[in-house]
Amino acid sequence: MTPLLEVKNLHAEIDGKKILNGLDLVVNKGEVHAIMGPNGAGKSTLSYVLAGRDGYEVTEGDVLLNGESMLEMEPSERACKGVFLAFQYPMEIPGVATMTFLRAALNAQRKTRGEPELSSPDAIRKVKDVAGQLGINMDMLKRPVNVGFSGGEKKRAETMQMALLEPKLCLLDETDSGLDIDALKVVSEGVNRLRSPERGFVVITHYQRLLDHIVPDIVHVMSAGKIVRTGGKELAHELEASGYAQYQQEAA
Amino acid sequence: MGENVTANRTPAEIGLAEAFAQLDGKLPGNSDVKAKREEAFARFGSVGLPHRRVEAWHYTDLKSLQREALPLAAPPSAEAKTAAWNAQTLFAGLGARRLVIIDGTVVPALSDMDGLEPGLTVSTMAAALSEGDPFVASHLGTGRPVDDPAVELNTAFMGDGVVIRVAEGAVIERPIHLVFVATGDVPASTFVRSLVVVGNGAKLTLAESHQALGAAAYQPNIGLELVVGDDAQVDYVKCLRESTASQHLASFMTALGARAVFNHFSLTTGGAVVRNQLFLKLNGEGACVDIRGANLLRGNQHADTTLVADHLAPGCQAREVFKSVLADESRGIFQGKISVAPDAQKTDAKMMAQALLLSETAEFDSKPELEIFADDVQCGHGTTAGALDEDLRFYLMARGIPADEAESLLIQAFVGETLENIAHESLKSVLMSAVADWLQAGGASHA
Ligand SMILES: Nc1ncnc2c1ncn2[C@@H]1O[C@H](COP(=O)(O)OP(=O)(O)O)[C@@H](O)[C@H]1O
Ligand SMILES: [Mg+2]
Repeated sequence: MTPLLEVKNLHAEIDGKKILNGLDLVVNKGEVHAIMGPNGAGKSTLSYVLAGRDGYEVTEGDVLLNGESMLEMEPSERACKGVFLAFQYPMEIPGVATMTFLRAALNAQRKTRGEPELSSPDAIRKVKDVAGQLGINMDMLKRPVNVGFSGGEKKRAETMQMALLEPKLCLLDETDSGLDIDALKVVSEGVNRLRSPERGFVVITHYQRLLDHIVPDIVHVMSAGKIVRTGGKELAHELEASGYAQYQQEAA
Repeated sequence: MGENVTANRTPAEIGLAEAFAQLDGKLPGNSDVKAKREEAFARFGSVGLPHRRVEAWHYTDLKSLQREALPLAAPPSAEAKTAAWNAQTLFAGLGARRLVIIDGTVVPALSDMDGLEPGLTVSTMAAALSEGDPFVASHLGTGRPVDDPAVELNTAFMGDGVVIRVAEGAVIERPIHLVFVATGDVPASTFVRSLVVVGNGAKLTLAESHQALGAAAYQPNIGLELVVGDDAQVDYVKCLRESTASQHLASFMTALGARAVFNHFSLTTGGAVVRNQLFLKLNGEGACVDIRGANLLRGNQHADTTLVADHLAPGCQAREVFKSVLADESRGIFQGKISVAPDAQKTDAKMMAQALLLSETAEFDSKPELEIFADDVQCGHGTTAGALDEDLRFYLMARGIPADEAESLLIQAFVGETLENIAHESLKSVLMSAVADWLQAGGASHA
């Protein structure tokens, strides 16, 4: 069976600085992978390269989504094919109303699937359904995208967008950072509701804490731009106890 | 002086002088009006068309931009009237009282001159000048800036326009819409002068739109004097969508009474060369102005917004926000001068000019100036210019929104601040659609 995501010997750099150094990763439908690693390992970079952000140069390797190379695709094409990145630092967009943004995203994705556009009331209904489950009220939806949201509200909003867009591959970059324990539960429940045999997850985190709530099938350790160890969920606990020091040394 | 000046005169200046000399009796007005015209033309003639070395016109060198003086537009034919009427669509669904000005001439037959609300008086400038209307005579030119060549030319050649009076305390709910249409069949210039006097405690919403049908070269020189009485309020919007064959000079002169409120918005998407001049005199204590504008330009368009705000009384508040979105080789200019007289203590004036540069070859020039003679004031200004935020663009695209749509959303967000204060909801949505239309027309040209 073709994997959902296949990252093959990926090398990437920014401004001539090598950040990913031959990274391999295979994610099948239905699996939840965790990527853990010290700060500066290149975790966010990996998520950006997968999502198609400008400025990164892939010098070697390939990234396949359902067997198709994504490297030449615009970020919007990737999103429409089912890639979703929940940002470590979601951006504030003054002047763009949250509803306008969500409807534009929904309709852009529906269009590529040949589905009719959602009317404004239909979009509002759909958003309200999902938003409620994540404790996001109408007041927040009336504001410009992420503007004035607390760190926790931003992460809930990211999860809400993910639930709304129903992606195939969910990339979560440090979704737990800046969350208190209650918010962490809300967000994790939101993510767990989306788990399905059709969907794959890559959960990037620095701490094991999130993985108590979103229990992974496979855990990878990333250091200096590549995966240095892979194991089951018990690996996360081991890391919590021993820290990343040994991996940082290996990489150095 | 004579010889030297004459020797250096451009074909346009010579053309203007000849046109003025041949006017005799062709333009409305009694001997007083004639004298006003002559004084104005003499003041213009002594300096000629402004050029780079004239400070106020440094960025808009009319001497080189206006190569020739186009003949005065002929009164519109019946066919031209019909064509213009059918084509004017902007603000059409608004239910406004429309006053239609075709090729510089007010066309009463197409205008809503009847059923005026109590307290509202509307007439034409041509009639007022011909009849020697003492009210018009006493107001005309009172808000005139010193030595502005565009205004001098407007006064010298003014042909027609509207005269609107709102009586003390009258609240006119139905907006008045000045519909300017250029038929654009033959190259022509127009000089329209309007006067709007809003009495104490009165209220008026005024919209102004400019469209051109044909592609013939066109030089409109538009003058509008607005007097806002004590405790009165005027909401004004302008939408300029002339063709790129137009060189549009507009001078907006406003005098505000005590506690008067004036909200202004202007959107420019059309015209090859545009100069929007705003002269504000805050004469009464506690007047409050909110002046905003957006210039959306592409190709070789050039639009200059020049604002002079004179704070002459204490406790006035002014907010000025201008945004330019500049694609291709276009050029945006903002000049803003806030001057605060010694008596105008507690003045609170803030001015902001921002540009979004969509191409490497677009250019934005900003010249803010503060001239403050009072000590207890809060005045500030700021200028920014930059490209679209790549991070925000990526965020939108990461949700599936294609590049051109993501850019449109960000441009609309940038411009949005200038529109948010428009109280009249349908006016606001028409203007928002005009912004969307502009973006649509550009396609992915700036991708
Ligand atoms: N735009 C950039 N320019 C230069 N270096 C960068 C840039 N972004 C990230 N880096 C560097 O790349 C490395 C990996 O960063 P990042 O992917 O954010 O790591 P992580 O998410 O694992 O903490 C770090 O050393 C960081 O300083
Ligand atoms: Mg990171």
